[in-house]
Amino acid sequence: MNMTKIVRTTADLFYPFCLVFGLYVVLHGHLTPGGGFQGGAVMATGAALLLVSRRYEDITRSLRQNTMKLCEAVGLLMFITAGLAGLFAGGAFLYNGLAGAGGLFGEPVAFGANPGVLNTAGLIPVLNLAVGIEVLGGLTVILLYMLSGVKETEP
Amino acid sequence: MRTALFTAILLILLAGFLQVAVGLPFGKPARTDMDDYFLAHAQDQAAANNVVTSVVFDFRGFDTLGEATVLFTAVLGVGMMFRKLKPGEEYEHD
Repeated sequence: MNMTKIVRTTADLFYPFCLVFGLYVVLHGHLTPGGGFQGGAVMATGAALLLVSRRYEDITRSLRQNTMKLCEAVGLLMFITAGLAGLFAGGAFLYNGLAGAGGLFGEPVAFGANPGVLNTAGLIPVLNLAVGIEVLGGLTVILLYMLSGVKETEP
Repeated sequence: MRTALFTAILLILLAGFLQVAVGLPFGKPARTDMDDYFLAHAQDQAAANNVVTSVVFDFRGFDTLGEATVLFTAVLGVGMMFRKLKPGEEYEHD
C-alpha cells in the first residue's frame, strides 16, 4: 500500500535508526539485556516500517526476497560453522576458545560488577551476530511473503 | 454401576497423584549448586558480563542452535503456505 507522503517520509527517516539500534542490541548482547533474537527483531521492524509505507512492487526493488533468504541461511550456517570451529579447535561443539585468548573478542573479564568491555566474551558475540542476521532475514521474508499477496487498487 | 466404579477409581488415583505432587518439596531452593556455578563462572569461563547471555549462548548454546533451527523451519512453513500457484493450479478446498 502506498501511504501518504508524511508516512513515507517518516518511515524513510526512521528506518536507519531502527537498523542501527537493532545492531547495537545485537552487538552488546553479552553486556546488556538483549541479544541476537531481540536485536534481529528490532532490525526487522525497520524493514516492516518500509514495507507498510510503500507499495510492495516499489519496495522489492531494493529489499529483495532473495537477499533476505540468503541472510537467513547465512545466519544459520554461520552459527553451525562457529560451533564446528569450536569442535575442531577445542574438542567440544560450540567450545568458547576465543574467550580470554587475547584476539578478537578475547579480552579477559574482571570478576565482579564492572561496566564491561565490548571486546570480550569470545564466541558469544559471533553467535549473537549470526542469530541476529538469521532473525532479520527470517522475519523480513515472512513479511514479504505475506505482503506479496496483497491486491493493490489505485485510488 | 460401571461409570460410578470408574469415577471412584479415577478420583482415588487423582487424590494419590495430587498428594505426591503437593508433597514434593519445591518451595525453598534446596539445590542451588547450578545457579551458584553459573554466577561464579560466567565471567571467567564464558567471559561475558551478562550471565543470562552466557547461559543462553555458551553453557546452553546447543539449545540456542535448536531455537534458530525452529525459526528457520517456521519461515520455511510460511513460505510453503504462501507459495506461488502454478499456471492452471487451483486452491484445494475441503
